[in-house]
Amino acid sequence: MSILEESFSSIHKKLKDKDVKVTELVDASYERIKEVDEKVQAFLTLNEEEARQHAEKLDQAIQNDEANNVLFGLPAGIKDNIVTNGLRTTCASQLLANFEPVHNATVMDKLHAQETVTVGKLNMDEFAMGSSNENSGFQTTRNPWNVEYVPGGSSGGSAAAVAAGEVAFALGSDTGGSIRQPASYCGVVGLKPTYGRVSRFGLVAFASSLDQIGPLTRTVEDNAYVLREIAGHCRKDSTSADVEVPDYLSSLKQDVKGLRIAVPKEYLGEGVHEDVKKHVLDALKVLEDQGATWEEVSLPHSQYAVAAYYLLASSEASANLARFDGVRYGVRSENANNLIDMYKETRSQGFGDEVKRRIMLGTFALSSGYYDAYYKKAQKVRTLIKQDFDQILNDYDVVIGPTAPTTAFKVGEKINDPLTMYANDILTIPVNLAGVPAISVPCGFSEGLPVGLQIISKPFAEGTVYRVAHAYEQATEHHKAKPEL
Amino acid sequence: MERITKEQVKHVAHLARLSVTEKEVETFTEQLDAIIGFAEQLNELDTDNVEPTTHVLDIHNVLREDEQRPSLEREEALKNAPDQEDGQVKVPSVLE
Repeated sequence: MSILEESFSSIHKKLKDKDVKVTELVDASYERIKEVDEKVQAFLTLNEEEARQHAEKLDQAIQNDEANNVLFGLPAGIKDNIVTNGLRTTCASQLLANFEPVHNATVMDKLHAQETVTVGKLNMDEFAMGSSNENSGFQTTRNPWNVEYVPGGSSGGSAAAVAAGEVAFALGSDTGGSIRQPASYCGVVGLKPTYGRVSRFGLVAFASSLDQIGPLTRTVEDNAYVLREIAGHCRKDSTSADVEVPDYLSSLKQDVKGLRIAVPKEYLGEGVHEDVKKHVLDALKVLEDQGATWEEVSLPHSQYAVAAYYLLASSEASANLARFDGVRYGVRSENANNLIDMYKETRSQGFGDEVKRRIMLGTFALSSGYYDAYYKKAQKVRTLIKQDFDQILNDYDVVIGPTAPTTAFKVGEKINDPLTMYANDILTIPVNLAGVPAISVPCGFSEGLPVGLQIISKPFAEGTVYRVAHAYEQATEHHKAKPEL
Repeated sequence: MERITKEQVKHVAHLARLSVTEKEVETFTEQLDAIIGFAEQLNELDTDNVEPTTHVLDIHNVLREDEQRPSLEREEALKNAPDQEDGQVKVPSVLE
């Protein structure tokens, strides 16, 4: 087993005991990348020279016993929509193929403060729009469990890199399921924190009222270690919440005796694969055996979430992506003689089909005469969906269901049908609309591909989410399975 | 009934500063029509007395003191500019 597949606490102990060096961790990461990334294609940019220099510096620090945080020296992969000072950040778009940020996202400053080592930048659907990684402007990341299949998206590179053992952990972002769905497809742990829990400063905006950064890891405990460091108020993000960050690690020590679980019937209904249903029901049994109780409930507006989401997210995207005009950064088109044509040519050459489609949809939904019928209507439906969750979470500690209705699909299978592709996110989207936290943890396999269990709780109750996820994980063996590459 | 026409698609593309080929106009008309058709299921819900949600958190008017703080150096701000002259971003002519 590669050292990178051990738990953070185990690696940390070896570092402290001087049984392993940071340079060895970083070597292990690049060796694994060289071994498997031609197949997996998770990385867009490697940061090898800097990472190795950083590792050498950290090995010096260990000599002075300065390795005080469990994240110290861990090789990390970062989704390519999180800006990294001096390290190319493309959002998997040809329009930003040459973009080198001149500052760090807040999460990067926070990780660097704990001395994690940035190994490279990870592939995604362009500007985080997609559920398969097929919308990347550069390459299609493959599912490490079967390279004929998609890793999910949009944080597909992040999930695949963790599953393939290329990094100790990765950061992703989740607007409608973009951390949880690929975590489910690739058999890793992925958390979307409460909206406002983690600073969005330096996350290239897709839909600002929905976007959140979160960790992808092999275990729940590792995930809690990363969130503990990246969470918290940030003055550079006015939507970041001034709410204290609790000790997530102590939540893991609590059991689930007396825990009340709600299981929405809409999450186990039509369109959900039989094997997925079975694994979720088995998982509920595991939690029941530990003293939790569950009841079937209804989230009656679930079926409207996808439609509301695509109107809202695309509207916000159409405004956010207006900045990509070839003036201050990006690849400017040479085929234009005046300013308006320069904008149009730059954007048309730089953006891929899905991004154009969503910009068009959003511009339409916000345009004069259609605003009330589409955008405002969707905002009202968002209120109904949020109220569904508020009510249920008043009576129950957590909501549990599958993360996605099926396991991963084949590369190319859904690419020509946007609506079928959007339906993939039917169980993750409502969570973003409501702004609540949710995790995906591995809960079994169907025909060799991982199934994910989704655990949702109240705003800022990440501790509860982790507690339930950890109790389940510790009672099962699914997280120990490794893909053969 | 056709919900979206090719003329509308061309108009929206112009608003969004995208140049589109005739073939793209055709594809977008078809696909946007399908997506808007799908979105019309929202009309099954009575939302007359429902307030719209723009934001899930109870945060209003985040203000700070207006004090000087460090910002990007000009050289850094221009580092990614595709074209520049005399320390400024250069663009094609705005007026004919």
